[in-house]
Amino acid sequence: MTPPRTWRRLTPARAAARALGQAALAVVVAWMLARLGIEWGYVRDAPSQVADLLGRMFPPDWGFAGALVAPLVQTINIATLGTALAIILSLPVALLAAANTTPNRVTYAAARLVMVVSRSVDTLIWALVFIIAVGPGSLAGVLAVGVRSIGFVSKLLAEGIEEIDRGQVEAVTATGAGRWQVLAYAVVPQIRPVFAGVAIYRWDINVRESTVLGIVGAGGIGFALNEAILGLDWSRVGTILAVVLAVVLASEAASASLRKRLT
Amino acid sequence: MSGRAWRPPSVWPRPWMGPLLVGAALAFLAWNAASLEVDPQRIARGLSRLGAVAARAFPPDWSRGGLLAAGVLESVEIATVSTLLGMALGIPVAVLAARNVVPLPVYAGGRGVITLGRTFHELIVAILFVKAVGFGPLAGVLTLGLHSVGFFAKLLAEQIETIDRGQIEAVRATGASPAQVLIYGVLPQVLPRVVGLAVYQWDIHLRQSTIIGIVGAGGIGATLYNAFARYDFDFALAILIVIVAIVLVGEAVSAVARRMVR
Amino acid sequence: MLEVRGLTKTYPGGDRALRGVTFTVDGHDAVFVIGPSGAGKSTLLRCINRLVEPDGGSVRLDGRELTTLGGAELRAARRGMGMIFQEFNLVERLTVMENVLSGRLGYVSTWRAWRRRFPPEDVEAAFRMLARVGLEGFENKRADELSGGQRQRVGIARALVQRPRILLVDEPTSSLDPRTSEAVLGLIVELAAEDRVPALVNIHDVPLARAFARRIIGLRDGEIVYDGPVAGLTRDVLQRIYGGTWATAEAGA
Repeated sequence: MTPPRTWRRLTPARAAARALGQAALAVVVAWMLARLGIEWGYVRDAPSQVADLLGRMFPPDWGFAGALVAPLVQTINIATLGTALAIILSLPVALLAAANTTPNRVTYAAARLVMVVSRSVDTLIWALVFIIAVGPGSLAGVLAVGVRSIGFVSKLLAEGIEEIDRGQVEAVTATGAGRWQVLAYAVVPQIRPVFAGVAIYRWDINVRESTVLGIVGAGGIGFALNEAILGLDWSRVGTILAVVLAVVLASEAASASLRKRLT
Repeated sequence: MSGRAWRPPSVWPRPWMGPLLVGAALAFLAWNAASLEVDPQRIARGLSRLGAVAARAFPPDWSRGGLLAAGVLESVEIATVSTLLGMALGIPVAVLAARNVVPLPVYAGGRGVITLGRTFHELIVAILFVKAVGFGPLAGVLTLGLHSVGFFAKLLAEQIETIDRGQIEAVRATGASPAQVLIYGVLPQVLPRVVGLAVYQWDIHLRQSTIIGIVGAGGIGATLYNAFARYDFDFALAILIVIVAIVLVGEAVSAVARRMVR
Repeated sequence: MLEVRGLTKTYPGGDRALRGVTFTVDGHDAVFVIGPSGAGKSTLLRCINRLVEPDGGSVRLDGRELTTLGGAELRAARRGMGMIFQEFNLVERLTVMENVLSGRLGYVSTWRAWRRRFPPEDVEAAFRMLARVGLEGFENKRADELSGGQRQRVGIARALVQRPRILLVDEPTSSLDPRTSEAVLGLIVELAAEDRVPALVNIHDVPLARAFARRIIGLRDGEIVYDGPVAGLTRDVLQRIYGGTWATAEAGA
C-alpha cells in the first residue's frame, strides 16, 4: 500500500525564498524602528495628547471665521492660477515626452527630465526656491504650485498621448494634413477627456497643497494657521481647520462632478 | 441651393453653457491674476535672482555628507515605518467601511474617519503631532501613518466592495468559519492589490517625508530649510539632488514590486 | 434524507420566491428540479444550506432541523452539504488543489487553513477526487487558467471531497456549451451514485433532465406543481410548469 501523497503550494525552494524575504523585511523594519529612536513612552501618551489637543480646539472660535475669508480666497486663487500655469506648460512638455509625438531623442529625454524633477520635489520646496527669487507672498506660491503640477499633469498626459489610436492619426495624415493639423484633428480630440480629467484632478490636489504654503510664507491660509498655533490659540486653530475642511471637501465635490461631466 | 451649417455638438445641456463657462472661468482667472500684484519688473528681477541663486548653487556642496546622509536615511525610515503603520490601521478601517461587511452606521462612521484622514495636508497633521508628542521622527511616523490610513482604507474598501461574491459564497457553503472565508475567499482576491497600494503609498511617503522636517517632524526637511535660510544654496542643491535620486529609486522599486505580485 | 416542509421565502422587494414548498429526498437518487427562471429553484437550494435565510418552514437533514441552527452548528451542518454552483465559484487566484481542499475547511482549524496544512488523508482524497473527475495532474494549475468545463469539474471535486450527505447542485451546466453540459451532468450523476450521495439538481434544460433523472420536481412561482417520476412528464405537466414557455423548454433553449 503506497503512503498517502502529499502536496505543497510552493516548492521547498520558493517557500524558503519567501520565508527569507519576509524575515529580511522584518529585520529591516525592526532596525529602522530602532534607529528612529522612538521613545515608546511618548507613543503610549500619544492618543491622550492628541485627544487633549483636539479638545482644546472645541468649541471653535467662529467669530474669527470672518477674518479667514480673504486668506481662503487667496488660497483658492493660488491653486487655480498655479494649475492654469501648469496646464499651459504641460501640453508642450507632454507632447515632447510622449514617444509617438516627440521629434527626437534629445527632446524626449529633456522633457522626461523636466517631468521627473518637477514631481520629485515637493510643492513646499519649490515654494522655498521661489521665495528666494520673487520674495515671499502668493506669487511664489503660484509659481511653486505651477511648477510642481507640470510633472504630474504632463506625466499623465504623456501616457494618454502614447495610448492614442494610431489609426486615427494615420487616417488624418493620409488626407495630406500638415503636422499641426494632425495634432489638432487627430491627437487633441483623443486626449481632451484625459486632459480635462487630469487638470481638474490636479486642481483639487492643489487646493489642498495651497492650504499649507503660507507656513513657509508663500501665501494663503497657512500663515494664519501657523500664527494661531504659535500663539497657542487653539480655538482659532479649530476654526481654521474646520474652514479648510469645508473648502477642501467642496473642491473635491466640484472636481468630481466636473470630471464626470467632461470625460 | 443654400448650404447647411453644422457645429460640433456641445457636452453641456444647453449650447450656450460651454462658452459661458469658459468666459466665466477666464474672468475668474483674470481676477485671480490681478490680485497677485504681478508686474513684468518683478518677474524680471525674479529671473535674474534665480540666475544668481543657480550660480551660487553650482557646484553642489557635498562636504556635509554625514548630515545629509543622516537626514535622508531618517526620511526613508519614516516613510517605510509609516507605510506599515498605515497598512496596519488601514486594513481594519477598510473592513469597517466596506458596505457589504458591516451594518450602515458603522459604515458611515468608517467613511467619516477616512475622509478626515485624507482632507488635511500632511504638514498640518505634522504640526499638530509635533505639538502633541514633541519634535522628532515619532511625530513624522504618526503623521504619515495616519494620513495614509485614509488613502489606504478608501482604496481597499473599494476593492472589498467589488470582489466576486460567488467565490465567497462557495467557501461559506463548505462550512468554513468566517476567518477561513476571509483567508480562502477574500484574501486571494485582495492581496495583490494590497501589495500594489502599499508600495505606491511608500513612494508618496518618500516625498512627503522630505518636507515634514520643516515643522520638526524628522527627516531631511529641517536640514533643507536651514540651508535655504542660511543661503547655503550649494548645500541645498546637494540635498535636492539626493532627494530626487531617492524618489526615483523608490519609483523603480515600486514598479518591480508590483510586477512581482501581479 | 432531506425533508423540506412548508418552506417560504419572500425577498425584501416583495418577491415571493417560495410559497410553502414541501418534499422529501430519500435514498441515494438524484432529484432534478425544473421550472422557468424566477420559479425559485436557486432560492430553494440556498434556503436549505441557509446561504439565504428562509422566512418559514422546516428543513431536516437526517433528522436534524437546519433552520434553527446557530453559528458553529450551522457551519458543521454545511460540511455535510456539498454545493455546486452555476458560475463554478472557484477561488480564481488559488490552485486547483487549494480549491478542492477548501471543501475540507469546515474540518480544519483556521491556522491549518492559513498554512495550507491539511491532513494527509484529505490530500490523498483530493488527489483521488481529481482523478475521478478527469483532472489528474491539474493540481498546481491556477483556477483561472481552466476552461469552463474543467472549472466545474473542480467544483464537483470540491463538493464531493466534503463527503457530504447531500449534494445541492445549482444549474451546473448553464454556463457550459451543450456537449460539455452533458459530460458534466453525467459526471455528477455518476459520482453521486458511486458515493451513494443523494443530489438535488436545479436545471432549466428539460431534455437534459429527462436524460438523466428518475424523479422530477417541477417548480413554478415558488410552488411545487409536479413531483414524480420522469415518465410522468407529459405535455400537460410541462404546460403546468412552464406555462406558455414549455415549448422552448422542451427544445432545451
